[in-house]
Amino acid sequence: MTPLRSELPSILAPAGPVAAASTDLAWAMLAGSVGVISVIGALIVFALMKRRTVRPVPWLIGGGIVFPVALLSALMAYTLARNANPPLPADTLVVSVTAHRWWWEVSYRDPRDGAPIVSANEIRIPTGRTVRLAVTASDVIHSVWIPQLAGKVDAIPGRINHLVFAADRSGTFRGQCAEYCGDAHARMALHVISMAPTEFDSWLAGQADDAAAPATDRARAGREAFLRSGCRQCHTIRGVSAVASRGPDLTHVAGRPWIGAGVLRNEPGAMHAWIANVQALKPGAQMPSFDLDEDTLGSLAEYLEQLR
Amino acid sequence: MRASLPNRLPRPDDELQRLRDAWRTPKGWRFITTVNNTNIGLLYIATALLFLLLAGVLGLLMRAQLALPENTLIGAPLYNQLFTMHGTVMMFLFAVPIVEAVAVYLLPGMLGARDLPFPRLSAYAYWAYAFGGLGFFCTIFFGVAPDGGWFMYPPLTDAKYSPGLGADFWLLGIGFIEISAIAGAIELIVGILFTRAPGMTLGRMPVFAWAMLVVGFMIVFAFPAIIAGTALLELERAFDWPFFDAQRGGDPLLWQHLFWFFGHPEVYIIFLPAAGIVSTILPVAARSALVGERAIVAALIATGALSFALWLHHMFTAGLSALSAALVSAASLAIAVPTALQVFAWIATLARGRLQWTTSALFLLGFLATFVVGGLTGVMVAVLPFDAQVHDTYFVVAHLHYVLIGGMVFPLFAAIYHWVPLVNGHALSERVGRWTFGLMFGGFHLAFFPMHIAGMLGMPRRVYTYPADVGWNTPNLLSSCGAAVFALGVGVCLFDLVRTLARARRPHGNPWNSATLEWLPNEEFGARSIPAIGERDPLWHRPGLAAEVQAGLHWLPGTASGGRETLITSVAAARIHHLMMLPGDSALPILAAAATAAFFFLLTLKLPFAAFAVGTAGVVAALRWLWQTDQRPFQPLAQVGEGIVIPVGAQGLSRPAWWAALIFVVVDATTLSSLVFAHVHVAMAGDACPPPGTSAAPMTTIVSAAAAWIAGSATLFAAQRLFARAPYSVAAFCSLLAVAAACAAGGSALQIAGFLTSGLEPSANAWSATVGALLGVGALHAVLLGVCAMFLIARSIAGRLGPESRASLDCVVLFWHASTVLMLASLAVVQLMPLV
Repeated sequence: MTPLRSELPSILAPAGPVAAASTDLAWAMLAGSVGVISVIGALIVFALMKRRTVRPVPWLIGGGIVFPVALLSALMAYTLARNANPPLPADTLVVSVTAHRWWWEVSYRDPRDGAPIVSANEIRIPTGRTVRLAVTASDVIHSVWIPQLAGKVDAIPGRINHLVFAADRSGTFRGQCAEYCGDAHARMALHVISMAPTEFDSWLAGQADDAAAPATDRARAGREAFLRSGCRQCHTIRGVSAVASRGPDLTHVAGRPWIGAGVLRNEPGAMHAWIANVQALKPGAQMPSFDLDEDTLGSLAEYLEQLR
Repeated sequence: MRASLPNRLPRPDDELQRLRDAWRTPKGWRFITTVNNTNIGLLYIATALLFLLLAGVLGLLMRAQLALPENTLIGAPLYNQLFTMHGTVMMFLFAVPIVEAVAVYLLPGMLGARDLPFPRLSAYAYWAYAFGGLGFFCTIFFGVAPDGGWFMYPPLTDAKYSPGLGADFWLLGIGFIEISAIAGAIELIVGILFTRAPGMTLGRMPVFAWAMLVVGFMIVFAFPAIIAGTALLELERAFDWPFFDAQRGGDPLLWQHLFWFFGHPEVYIIFLPAAGIVSTILPVAARSALVGERAIVAALIATGALSFALWLHHMFTAGLSALSAALVSAASLAIAVPTALQVFAWIATLARGRLQWTTSALFLLGFLATFVVGGLTGVMVAVLPFDAQVHDTYFVVAHLHYVLIGGMVFPLFAAIYHWVPLVNGHALSERVGRWTFGLMFGGFHLAFFPMHIAGMLGMPRRVYTYPADVGWNTPNLLSSCGAAVFALGVGVCLFDLVRTLARARRPHGNPWNSATLEWLPNEEFGARSIPAIGERDPLWHRPGLAAEVQAGLHWLPGTASGGRETLITSVAAARIHHLMMLPGDSALPILAAAATAAFFFLLTLKLPFAAFAVGTAGVVAALRWLWQTDQRPFQPLAQVGEGIVIPVGAQGLSRPAWWAALIFVVVDATTLSSLVFAHVHVAMAGDACPPPGTSAAPMTTIVSAAAAWIAGSATLFAAQRLFARAPYSVAAFCSLLAVAAACAAGGSALQIAGFLTSGLEPSANAWSATVGALLGVGALHAVLLGVCAMFLIARSIAGRLGPESRASLDCVVLFWHASTVLMLASLAVVQLMPLV
């Protein structure tokens, strides 16, 4: 079972080799900075103590040129050595991420036939396997950043950028859009869920399936409401409605731990609150708050909550 | 008193009075017509400080919103306007203007000039900035401020995603304030090169002047890129020309290249003057000459040059090639070296001297401490893997405030404490100053140090709120508290500043025992006589200098013409060359500035007819102002020292106006280069050049257009030859000018016609859009050259163009030939690229 609670998104708590390399670099540079600050601080104190005879050459050449050049060269060498890019392994998992205002479209390839399997706002990966995200955007520039796994890469309309990482433990890692993209920029989280490879394979196979049929009358009414109330203009539920990609694919929405790109935990009642109050929960979102009667809203929420 | 001084006692009785009369500042409401750079400098500084306060208040509002997670004080729409305006106002309306303002105020005195060479240009630059800036700021009160970030990245800022007027206010408002910054830079460069006191060789020039010289050139090369960028983005918004639209062959990254080609040098445009201030004040506070002055000047120049190689480091996460990213990373590390050199020179200066613990000195130490930290985090973000993590996070927010507040605002406050006595003879309170420094320094670090941590904990920038459970609460609360403490410190200083400036004027003397000339006794005309300089740090080496200068024993102790004038000296050795007549006070600069500002605002509000009406009024005011320039000298020679007579005015290359025109031509060429870069960028990005469905103009038409441009220049050359014969035939001269203007107009018309026959539709794709922009620039040049020709014709007929008043002709000739070359070059690029 994947942990629902995400770890704190600190770059100092890496969960994979790519992030770990930059964390080591961060610590090395922080230590170096403390050293430089100490040296310069000591020099300033030394300079302030009393009037001294100053020979300019040691100060200017030694302190001003040799000292920084030596330190910076060492830093450059360390960076190059620590961050060599090995070639991608053959079993690299490729996931396409298209950023929209203000959510993430995530597309896997079905290992059986290469057909796309579309999800949203979370990326599931098998622990230990290298992942390459192919990142672009449909509207404005966004940026994919999951601090515990890798540095960020911009999602730019008309371009595809790549981000390579792997997770070395299971867990849920929070990320967030890092390029300002308008009103709901602050509410555009992305979660990466690292799970055991076998668990991942069966999850992905399940994602390829069409949506679960409603099991209760109320859920059936909810499916009708979905088709009637305008939801399908933007959202796809495979097996139920035609492809519409202005909003997240909802085929397996109930299996996702969050809704609204990290705005709400997907707990009982959350779907109901979301549909009725999108604009209060995520001001500026493209989805309107739906003013539905309680019965319709309740059945719609129940239907969506069983789309595992 | 030394026997070899230029003048002798006694001085004529009325000499001082005539000097005072010539330079008297108008009283009452007419004060707004003043063009004296000392007055303009004070207005300029005050206005820039006002913007510091206003943008600071915006920052405080942001900190109030972010103090607590999920805070509902300010919603996203307003918050986004707040951070956009905070960044924009701080960078464009505070930081760059204040460094130019301090220079405009200090440099005449520091260089020993009566005034800089183009006082009316400074007045225009100031008023354009003041009107434009205040108008721009007011948009936030109506909720129509821009909200696309100070970097204005498209597509977010194009008409689809930012449909309101906010982005237009940004583009037109900021584009136009850049023009004012360039005007200021021209004044500073020419002033520093030509109006230094006799004997103040480049080697003896104060470091602050060196810093401003470097900065002036940086402005000239960096700002045109943003002017071109804003023009393109506004064209995209207004006419749907898709420069940045990926679906039609444009590229969002094109904007980022243009923006950061300006934006990175901008950081050093802000920092280098501050470094110059530190190199000026620190030796005074430490009572020791600056260690390694030449090394520091070399470091300033190296920093200025290197800063143009770094713009890509703002785009490390945008998907650059590995090689270019690695090169820029190395260059970004390299720029730390000249900065480290300066830091060590300053510490060595402290070691050689004995620090006086003034408030000014406290701010300098605060600067050193803070700036070193900011420099180190700067090195960290130059390292690619680390930058990929912290780019666009609060770590960068912390870094940039450490280098900008630590590196520029702290030296600025040191400068305020140091130089305020120049204004009315009173220093700020040292007791209050300790509070100011303590609150600002402590508040600063409390506010900004935790942001490093917030960034490393994963907090991105430009978020109006954050969840409570991701670990960012404590650093944010600390930052908000720190911001309040910092603001309190600024408030205390402001209170003391107002209190001090309200006191009665008295002579300032040299309260800190400074080394530079601005501390000579001075009045509105600067020093009574212009000192002969024989060494660096003149006031330290020549204790009697102040008395000599005040007695009128040095150069030009009065006014030769009865008007305003200053000495023009040679660039390197500062030998006396000629006497330059300076223009008097006038309402024309402020009128032209008001009209320019109104033109841009009315245009933004989509009122084209009103805009063109005031625009015309502005052009009339500017032409009237230009009409008054370039007058025949009142007499051929003037006496400036005992038995020493020099020419009044000069022609051709010896004349400052020609150099100003040359710098203008450089600005023009850089702007056009930016547009050509845009064209090449989108042409190379496409699969085919030109894109399918588009074709280049027929080669014959374009060759004819090129021939027409060349014919225009050739005709102008003939006119110039004719003019050189004295007396020249006015009728023939005017006819030739008219023909030349017609040729230029014909060249522009032919190139437009050529592309129209090939079916150019600028909104079809980015390639066509950039061609359209280049054609537009061609037409603009043709119009400008036409106006120049008419201006020369009018002057010629009015008898205002002669062998001794030919600067307008010389400047037009320069601009004309440069335009021809630029047009030919851009035509060649557009026509030849499809062939390769």
